[in-house]
Amino acid sequence: MPTQNILLVGVGGQGTILASKILAEVAVMQGLDVKMSEVHGMAQRGGSVVTHVRMGEQVHSPLVEEGEADFIVAFEKLEALRWAHYLREGGSIVVNDQRIDPMTVITGQAPYPPEILETLQADAEEVVVIDALQLAREVGSIKAVNVVLLGALAQKMQIEKSQWLEAIRRIVPAKALDLNLQAFEAGFQGAGIAAQADS
Amino acid sequence: MKTLLTGNEAIARGAYEYGVTVAAAYPGTPSTEILENVGQYSEIKAQWSPNEKVAMEVAVGSSIAGARTLVAMKHVGVNVAADPLFTFAYAGVNGGLVLVSADDPGMHSSQNEQDNRNYAKFAKIPMLEPSDSQEAKDYVGLGLSISEQFDVPVLLRVTTRISHSKTLVELRDPMPRTAKAYVKDIKKYVMMPAFARQKRMQLEERYAHLKAYSETAPVNRIEWGNRRVGVITSGIAYQYVKEALPSASILKLGFTWPLPNQLIKEFAAAVEKLYVIEENEPYLEDHIKTMGLAVVGKEIFPSVGELSVRIIERALDGPLQTVGKRAANVPVRPPVLCPGCPHRPVFYLLKQLQLFVTGDIGCYTLGALPPLDAMDTCICMGASLPMALGFEKAHPELAEKTVAVIGDSTFVHSGITGLIDIVYNGGTSTVLILDNSTTAMTGHQEHPGTGKTLRREPTAALDIEALCKAVGVKRTFVIDPFDMEGLKTLIKREVATREPSVIITKRPCVLIVKQDEPLLSIDHEKCVGCKMCMRIGCPAISHANKKSTVNPALCVGCGVCAQVCKFNAFVREVR
Repeated sequence: MPTQNILLVGVGGQGTILASKILAEVAVMQGLDVKMSEVHGMAQRGGSVVTHVRMGEQVHSPLVEEGEADFIVAFEKLEALRWAHYLREGGSIVVNDQRIDPMTVITGQAPYPPEILETLQADAEEVVVIDALQLAREVGSIKAVNVVLLGALAQKMQIEKSQWLEAIRRIVPAKALDLNLQAFEAGFQGAGIAAQADS
Repeated sequence: MKTLLTGNEAIARGAYEYGVTVAAAYPGTPSTEILENVGQYSEIKAQWSPNEKVAMEVAVGSSIAGARTLVAMKHVGVNVAADPLFTFAYAGVNGGLVLVSADDPGMHSSQNEQDNRNYAKFAKIPMLEPSDSQEAKDYVGLGLSISEQFDVPVLLRVTTRISHSKTLVELRDPMPRTAKAYVKDIKKYVMMPAFARQKRMQLEERYAHLKAYSETAPVNRIEWGNRRVGVITSGIAYQYVKEALPSASILKLGFTWPLPNQLIKEFAAAVEKLYVIEENEPYLEDHIKTMGLAVVGKEIFPSVGELSVRIIERALDGPLQTVGKRAANVPVRPPVLCPGCPHRPVFYLLKQLQLFVTGDIGCYTLGALPPLDAMDTCICMGASLPMALGFEKAHPELAEKTVAVIGDSTFVHSGITGLIDIVYNGGTSTVLILDNSTTAMTGHQEHPGTGKTLRREPTAALDIEALCKAVGVKRTFVIDPFDMEGLKTLIKREVATREPSVIITKRPCVLIVKQDEPLLSIDHEKCVGCKMCMRIGCPAISHANKKSTVNPALCVGCGVCAQVCKFNAFVREVR
């Protein structure tokens, strides 16, 4: 398969790092070369965060370039908008229909952009909107938003579902495993339904 | 079976595989996870030191005693450790020593963008630059060997994209871990002028040997491709070059001080057009240009910030195909103090009292941003205290309006000598030590004040208040920062007092000790829309249609908002 470029974007504290770990494990299980890059430190304090994941026969750069992402998984709507220009033509965005105001909006320095989903849909070939917060709540913990979104991504990628489940078993600690398997399933099904509604 | 490791994890694994016995560091992004991961190998004595200079000196002692040693720090940490480093480079090692400098191009989490490759030349120590995690691990072993072979500490220079990128790594079994015998040798280890002068001459001999080594070092290699274009590169830039110019010939330099002049000449002569592609300073380029070679570098490639495949492509070809346009008017999302952060009420009060605030390095530097907006300066670790003294000396009338703000870990790192200076030179500054019992910004590492070691084992806890008293501060106070009335009264009184005072605001970081208070909500009947609560900059509170609202998913129940509300609109939910 050609190199797959994936961006996971969100707000510090939303659990993008665990999601990227599982995703990278899936890639390793395919026998692919894989690189991922993320930034730690100050940005994690509620700032805008991004993880780059690249997988393929041979991967050199750990960074996804503008206009080259096959998939963007946005944990928050505004972050989807911020990173949307990284999507390649024909790429897909999975976006969590959740709004988290940045401090610049809270303090009135800037408005939260209206109609983000419409803007995304106008520019991208495929936008999968999913209420990951609600789905996570339904399976028992709002912290599982990250794995719900991973399930939605899995629906779109050409990798066997069983591989994803195995990767989750390998990465997630035993006591949180059931919850995360359910979260994955909820996202997987949710994205399937969203795609049907779209077509 | 290969394992996916970050560069930092790989360096720690390298320490384990290549016989390191002692490892020391002070946390600093992007280097922190090196020692955290070394801590997983019980065979290695791993420790947090109070600062990078101390970590370096522990490492120097361990090396001279005969153990293979690793010391790690972020780029600016090397400034702190430079004093022992430069003279240890004269003395040389017994057990091999590798110093890891993790630089931060793009300043993701740093106050400057210094390119520490310059330290290798300045301190006259060999340098290795890995391009991925496999090399990061291998170069620990290579560095230790070079260190022992040439009797010199070795700089392993990585950057954020090496430290924090995961790539596949082949693991090996560890080699035996045995420290060499210590042999007393004052001509080698006592750097007084007579002995240092002899060593100074030996440095030149060593340089000649290292230069010869560099020519044949297997990590300096040519990857021949199309000979029309040749690129000399190192570190992460190599990976970008491989994608931007897949058919070019590449001289990949892994050993980058001293540089292999013959190899560079041979490569330059064999290609039609020669580029140097490197992140930040023209370190390789300046050297190559002084060799008299025609090479294109920073004329077209930026020296500010990180490189990328796209930046290299654009520099070479002019603008490429337009990619998706960046959305307009996307509000920035700066990092913020967490809901329930014990620093928040301190900065709210400092702003309210309209004080000059010399700040320091940690999460609390975020107190400089709106709406808290309560910090005037931030330069480097520990600078807040001496800078407050400097303010006062320059403008005596500001003495009663100036406070220094520093975290507990930063105070231990390099705040103590500043406090001594305030006492010694007749300062009257008020120092606020924001003691959240951890090194929060870098991910909650222990420090001498927490009573726990790197491996979270119990140890003696530094009594910060007793220390302040011991250096001569008579007026010391410990207060819970959530007691806002008490804290306000105390700050007002102490800034007006004509002698030094220290106020320790003590409450653990909200991310390590979860609060168990009932959450707050807003009684919209009582909320008059005054927006007073918006001034605390809590991410859990928003304001729309002239009413404030608490987001229950973010609120942790700290109650700071309730303390600033004049209309008692905040109510505790029953849990």
